[in-house]
Amino acid sequence: MAGGNKRKTPDINASSQADIAFLLLVFFLVATTMNTDKGLLRTLPPMPPEDVKVEDQKVKDRNVLLVFVNAQGNIMAGDKEMDIYGLKDKTKEFILNVNDDENLPEKAPTEIEMPDGTKWTYEVSKGVVSLQTTRDTNYETYIMVQNELTRAFNEVRNEVAMSKFQREFTELNDEEKSVIIDAVPLKISEAEPRKVGRRR
Amino acid sequence: MKKKGGKELPAISTASLPDVIFMILFFFMVSTTMREEEVLVKYQLPNATEVQKLEKKNLVSYINIGVPVTHMQARYGTAPQIQLNDSYKTAKDIGDFIAAEREQMDEADRIYMTVSIKADRYTKMGIITDVKQELRRANALKISYASLEAEGY
Repeated sequence: MAGGNKRKTPDINASSQADIAFLLLVFFLVATTMNTDKGLLRTLPPMPPEDVKVEDQKVKDRNVLLVFVNAQGNIMAGDKEMDIYGLKDKTKEFILNVNDDENLPEKAPTEIEMPDGTKWTYEVSKGVVSLQTTRDTNYETYIMVQNELTRAFNEVRNEVAMSKFQREFTELNDEEKSVIIDAVPLKISEAEPRKVGRRR
Repeated sequence: MKKKGGKELPAISTASLPDVIFMILFFFMVSTTMREEEVLVKYQLPNATEVQKLEKKNLVSYINIGVPVTHMQARYGTAPQIQLNDSYKTAKDIGDFIAAEREQMDEADRIYMTVSIKADRYTKMGIITDVKQELRRANALKISYASLEAEGY
């Protein structure tokens, strides 16, 4: 007390601050879920009002590709049984209808507005892929089929994008993408399941 | 002109280390989205190659479908269940669920609402179809079948 008139407060040792920060950091690293959600995007058809009796929309047979998946996982496309590997090519053939086959979908010439303001006429296919399942179909098989159908549409879009913009579909900007989407719309109808073999 | 003894390297000051760590910490704190709901069903998502990312997290609602987790099986059995928020519900409750989720969103964002269906790969389509029909009825038409990105076959 008689020494210095002021006693210096000792510096707090700050070397453990880093450890504390590390501890917090590790906690957040572990707790963070960087799960980017991914999935197959679809748009469902709106529900028709219940009091209105829906008449079956008349769609010509040639414009529909019926894909049916049964409970055993067998796939039928058109009227032939096929495995999952043939489905994509079958669908592509159906959408493109290169040779204007009478049994494949019609095309409607449609004017699509390009990003630079010009018009581009493209023969848009009228084809609809109708995907049907039973209630006992496995979800995994269903997703595999959905995936193959999406792949077919994506490849067709890629081809159109290549011929129109000389670039792949994924490399286009939003405006160009919407042009291609108008030209090759994703037409997959997910009908209600068939009530086949209902036994009780 | 030689000093005696080797020249010692001065120790690098570690005083700024905490600052650096804090910076990383803040990054993780901001980017973390805590899982707000407990997952009550076991699901293993199916694989797909053509997946698309769900962009805006706050516009996505989740529906989990799968077998109840082990500690709930005593009460609910092993039949697949639909989980909405924190409890098992039936397909009939989806309408209310969607309405409640819509309520939480900005009015302008509501049309962009997406429902992500996280279903186990061994689920039967019957339950999925019921969910889809209810979603149609609730006018929540943008859906995503959650799947894992696979390399291909």
